[in-house]
Amino acid sequence: MSTTKIYLFVASMTVVVALLLTGFRMATAEQAEINEKVFNKRAILKSLAEGLNGNLDDISDEEVQAIFEKDVKQFVIKADGTINEELAAENVKMKKEVKKPVEERNLPLFVYANPVSNKTYYITAVRGKGLWDEIWGSIALEEDFNTIVGVSYDHAAETPGLGAEIKDNSAWVALFTGKKLYDDAGNFVSINVRKGGAIPGNPHQVDAITGATITGDGVTKMLESGLQLYEPYFATLKAGM
Amino acid sequence: MAETKVKEAKEPLFGKKERKLLVDPLLDNNPITVQVLGVCSALAVTSLLMPSIVMTVAVVFVCGFSNLITSLLRNIIPNEVRLIAQLIIIATLVTIVELSLKYFDYPTYKELSVYIGLIITNCIVMGRLEAFAMGNKPWKSFLDGLGNGVGYGIILIVVAFFRELFGKGTLFGAQILPEGYFANNLMVMPAAAMFILAVFIWIQRSRNKELVDIS
Repeated sequence: MSTTKIYLFVASMTVVVALLLTGFRMATAEQAEINEKVFNKRAILKSLAEGLNGNLDDISDEEVQAIFEKDVKQFVIKADGTINEELAAENVKMKKEVKKPVEERNLPLFVYANPVSNKTYYITAVRGKGLWDEIWGSIALEEDFNTIVGVSYDHAAETPGLGAEIKDNSAWVALFTGKKLYDDAGNFVSINVRKGGAIPGNPHQVDAITGATITGDGVTKMLESGLQLYEPYFATLKAGM
Repeated sequence: MAETKVKEAKEPLFGKKERKLLVDPLLDNNPITVQVLGVCSALAVTSLLMPSIVMTVAVVFVCGFSNLITSLLRNIIPNEVRLIAQLIIIATLVTIVELSLKYFDYPTYKELSVYIGLIITNCIVMGRLEAFAMGNKPWKSFLDGLGNGVGYGIILIVVAFFRELFGKGTLFGAQILPEGYFANNLMVMPAAAMFILAVFIWIQRSRNKELVDIS
């Protein structure tokens, strides 16, 4: 077969495939984007655990959107405790933010007011590194900005059954509920994922996952570096209370 | 590999040969345990049942349709660029799978996105295109693709069944073994898939002596 024919074949195949995939993508993009938003909102609400009315799995996509419109207030704050009015929290891309120097970072904060119990919860966002790739999560705090209501983690590429347990193992995730970020003297201690098991009664430790030491250490680091950035803003809230 | 060459005579839609194409790869000519292809992904995705099943569906789709399309184009594709052309067909189908998952089931897309992309490099798919679809008619190629996809999937699901059951005591995330069961962490590791595969091959070959010579 002549070279011209080969070029012709390759060129036409490229064009056909490019058109096909572009068309397919355009047809699905809008719904995919909505799906992604709902997915992210679910992950945020999941951190509320018992703080949410009812089971998140039973709540439809539309209801998730409605909760965000009605009961969730969004703020973007800075590490110095000020508010950035120009951005909505749900549009903050943590992937980009964690690469910026601390003082330039935008930190999303979702404040959920439960319409039934009248309790308010503060949901922070953290992001760090696991074994293979990035890990991230939402940490929901009670009104004392100290006690953890619940957490929800996700990851880019942790090993299923090992590191991926930070997302999949609900029993492990539930260990975080009730843990405290500050000691009695008010110093920031964060939460430590401890290999060999948490010391019973220690409010700053949870058990590590067997076979996922590096992912667990990643969670520890992510929580420590991420949560303390919210401290100045919470201090201003506390002062105003 | 026993390939059936197509005769030019008129053939039934589901004759004996067609059935053989579909059923053979399930056991006697299984891509993983007999041809020993695609072992890499069999190790990677099989620690839990659910991802294995979605992966199976995706591979069956890609394998079937890439075989069909390649076979349709087999007389146009220039020999010099046939591997590239095959690769483009596979990549296109995989992208379609990825976009469809994003559209219909975003959480599963998130869970599997890494592995879905890896179908492109799955040697079974390309192996079938090169060995079968380039020389056979579309319908037969389609059946061959489906058969190989399902044959691959069966192994995936069998391995995942044992790994999830003994590695975590659960199936589809639901607790099956009693609470006191101490999860065997070795089963969670990719190496466990090797052991299960080996046992599977052992049983298969002791039942069908003919396979022993093929390897």
